[in-house]
Amino acid sequence: MNQNNHKRYWKRNLLYLIILLSIWFVVSFGCGILLADQLNQFHIGGAKLGFWFAQQGSIYVFVILIFVYVVLMNRLDRKFDVDEE
Amino acid sequence: MDVQIWTYIIVGLSFALYIGIAVWSRASSTKDFYVAGGGVHPLANGMATAADWMSAASFISMAGIISFMGYDGSVYLMGWTGGYVLLALLLAPYLRKFGKFTVPDFIGDRYYSNAARTVAVICAIFISFTYVAGQMRGVGVVFSRFLEVPVEWGVIIGMFIVFFYAVLGGMKGITYTQVAQFCVLIFAYMVPAIFIALQLTDTLLPQLGFMGTLKDGSFLLDKLDGLHQELGFAAYTSGSKDVFDVFCITAALMIGTAGLPHVIVRFFTVPRVKDARTSAGYALIFIAILYTTAPAIAAFARTNLIDTVSDKPYDTMPEWFSKWESTGLITYDDKNNDGKIQYLGDAANNELQIDRDIMVLANPEIAQLPNWVIALVAAGGLAAALSTAAGLLLVISTAVSHDLIKKQLAPNISEGKELMWARMAAGAAVIVAGYFGINPPGFVAQVVAFAFGLAAASFFPAIVLGIFYKRMNKEGAIAGMVIGLLFTMSYIIYFKFIFSSADAADHWWLGVSPEGIGAVGMAINFVVSIIISAFTPAPPAEIQDMVEDIRYPRGAAKEVEVH
Repeated sequence: MNQNNHKRYWKRNLLYLIILLSIWFVVSFGCGILLADQLNQFHIGGAKLGFWFAQQGSIYVFVILIFVYVVLMNRLDRKFDVDEE
Repeated sequence: MDVQIWTYIIVGLSFALYIGIAVWSRASSTKDFYVAGGGVHPLANGMATAADWMSAASFISMAGIISFMGYDGSVYLMGWTGGYVLLALLLAPYLRKFGKFTVPDFIGDRYYSNAARTVAVICAIFISFTYVAGQMRGVGVVFSRFLEVPVEWGVIIGMFIVFFYAVLGGMKGITYTQVAQFCVLIFAYMVPAIFIALQLTDTLLPQLGFMGTLKDGSFLLDKLDGLHQELGFAAYTSGSKDVFDVFCITAALMIGTAGLPHVIVRFFTVPRVKDARTSAGYALIFIAILYTTAPAIAAFARTNLIDTVSDKPYDTMPEWFSKWESTGLITYDDKNNDGKIQYLGDAANNELQIDRDIMVLANPEIAQLPNWVIALVAAGGLAAALSTAAGLLLVISTAVSHDLIKKQLAPNISEGKELMWARMAAGAAVIVAGYFGINPPGFVAQVVAFAFGLAAASFFPAIVLGIFYKRMNKEGAIAGMVIGLLFTMSYIIYFKFIFSSADAADHWWLGVSPEGIGAVGMAINFVVSIIISAFTPAPPAEIQDMVEDIRYPRGAAKEVEVH
């Protein structure tokens, strides 16, 4: 595989990281901490929204983020022919 | 059957299972001992990681802490799960591609320096001992209450079990024991939670019961907020801590999670890079089962507790109350001599002190669940503490046998000798850990929180820069780790041990508590590393090629066969 291809693979990987880690930051530090008071005006079931993000919601999003990353990277590995099969 | 007999049966059976697995999966080579042969299925690795990760603090202390802190307890929930996103995206796949045995291995090779390796060994041993002390105290608490033996004997029994499978089986033994321990601990955590969710909210899933309504039609969390305010506590769903401090504590716990050596090494044990990514995902699912249940248990237990004790006559207290009173973890002082229990937010008139660690352990009794459930919780608490202790002891033993002896003192040592050293180091580490268990340096969760600060301030920046910044050199990395660690340690020691009377928000630097200082230490590490490396020579070409190589998955499986 040539150098140019390597660079493109790595750039795409970094782009995925930036997007996924931004979501990670927004749901935990954003919704759960910095904006918790504002979000607490809304409710999900019997829980205030900011409180819910801090105690449960962010964890659900974390799990989804890792699996989205797995799918994206497996696809990327195959596309750039750097996978292990 | 009474609780005692049930406890002996269930704890005994679980211990027999762990020992059986240890005998079946004993290590025969250093590769077995260090990375379980490198062939663990990602699903099994996910379970083992979850058990490795969920310690006595997660199982015993966390729901109790949240129960007493309400919203402020969220730092543990987000902090101890959010780190897995960092692990999966920034560390696990690359460290797997690197394909060696330990974290100091990576630091030593990437920074082409035995000095860097030694700094990493010291950090790893220091962090692991800080952390293992908390585990052994957890074992002591569970044993003294449920087996009614002195704490010392409880710790010794725990040491014996861990010694057996860590020394015999190494990483291979530990991995498969941890899979069993995960099953025991998650079952033990979920059964009482489901029972209580049904009792209180008519909902099967505790996660949903948490957001649901009580029998009287009011929302659980609204009722709890009301009870809290009536008794003079801060509302359950709103915090009393400073937002910036909450931010820093969460960050320190997340980054620390991603930097803890006993968690990182678990990603060396899977066959491929792809598996390292997937198993991080499985690990977080298994962890999330417990971590999304914990806030529900916290809210249920708090409601039950207040309903049971508040303004009730002392004579009518149920049996669990006096049992825990006899361990000193509940104390009642009838200040106004009315024979009733006034449990109040205001310290001057409050008559009841409850140790937070008992909330999970006492929860089934408070909810009047059957005796076998109470025994099951004891077995679960022991599984959580023992699995984490074993993972930590392995880090200590490999740091000594592999990174210190094999890589530095005696490079020509035979594999059999190296394996013997690994076993001796594991044995010695068990004894030191046992000493800490018998003479505990502090409360379970507090001690554990320090390990995170130290891991965040030392390893995380060095590894991330090692992967994502090719220009990063040894001078920068060593300076960053040393300064980050010294800064964080001094801050914690100053407020926790030297001037513990000054440990309050007015005295903290920038309002950051010792629990959150690791986040600042990490930032300092990053800045120092980058500045120093800019003024010192670039790393050699072959190191830059190595960094280039770990960024692409192909070839990871082959890499391991060479060793």
